[in-house]
Amino acid sequence: MSDRVSALLAGSRDTIPMLVGAAPFGVIFGTLAIASGIPAWATLALSALVFAGSSQFVAVGLIGGGVALPVLWLTTFVVNLRHALYSATLLPHARHLPARWRWPLAFWLTDETFAVVEHRLREHGDDMAGAWYWLGSSLAMYLNWLLWTTAGVLLGQSVPGLAELGLDFAMVATFAAIVAPQLKKRPVLIAALLAGSVALAARGLPYKLGLMLAAVAGVAGGVLAERSAAGAPQEEQA
Amino acid sequence: MNLTTQQLLLAIAGMVVVTYGIRLSFLVFGHRLAFPHWLERSLRYVPAAVLTALIVPMALAPQGDIELTLANAYLPGTLAAGALAFFTRRTLLAIIGGFVVYGLWRWLM
Repeated sequence: MSDRVSALLAGSRDTIPMLVGAAPFGVIFGTLAIASGIPAWATLALSALVFAGSSQFVAVGLIGGGVALPVLWLTTFVVNLRHALYSATLLPHARHLPARWRWPLAFWLTDETFAVVEHRLREHGDDMAGAWYWLGSSLAMYLNWLLWTTAGVLLGQSVPGLAELGLDFAMVATFAAIVAPQLKKRPVLIAALLAGSVALAARGLPYKLGLMLAAVAGVAGGVLAERSAAGAPQEEQA
Repeated sequence: MNLTTQQLLLAIAGMVVVTYGIRLSFLVFGHRLAFPHWLERSLRYVPAAVLTALIVPMALAPQGDIELTLANAYLPGTLAAGALAFFTRRTLLAIIGGFVVYGLWRWLM
């Protein structure tokens, strides 16, 4: 087996725990989108072309609720902005790669692949085997996400009336399960409390604008709480 | 869902541009960019803020008006999912548990 193939397979293999973790979310996303009235082609297009789970979930909620497109795009931007941080962190390991590598690897950048690949590149250096490893992790995540989204779409289509069964609750439960463990940190708790209150108060605003207001209020609250908890502001102000 | 096919295409196209643009930023155009420290700190609070902003109105006012009543099964279901995740850190278990509470509540009330 050539070095490239074994690096590719190693990248996929090290991503297996992430694949298992993403699978139920792929199914829930596909089912939920169909139950919200989003056509199958659009559901699959979101997974194939956007390929960013949390923003896809948010999009289903917003599209189902009749959102203005600029608000949808702005929310997508805010939710996915963390990928810029991954992009910046991985840059030193990608600088030597030609553009035909960097463009597709950037497309497949996710939380999961970042976690797996950044670790490996930091430990083993960034030779060409590292690039194949990165590609292996990326492809595994992508194909896994497409597979489970498709399964969810099929499930949603074969059980009509899932929305009446309370599938819309699935999104609330999923988000609550993701957020709750983070609330042990005080600044995050404050961010969540502020965002939740503003969202509730502003829920009557058109085009789901309340979501943006709530996100801004929550993030600002979290940053301020972190600053006041840290006491004297010694380090930053950059 | 009340978007036309055209609007839906446009919605997805915009999401693709925004998301791919973010991912390309440093990896492809990195030599021209710098990531400010304050932004990095702010990003840590985005998931909790956005997700909570989506949850709270759905759990407390599923029909639009605030419903702090026994008839609102969303509230106990959401609290159950959140509490299970908080104490066990097992996401899937929390989702299923929340669903069970939600279903039982609707069936009983």
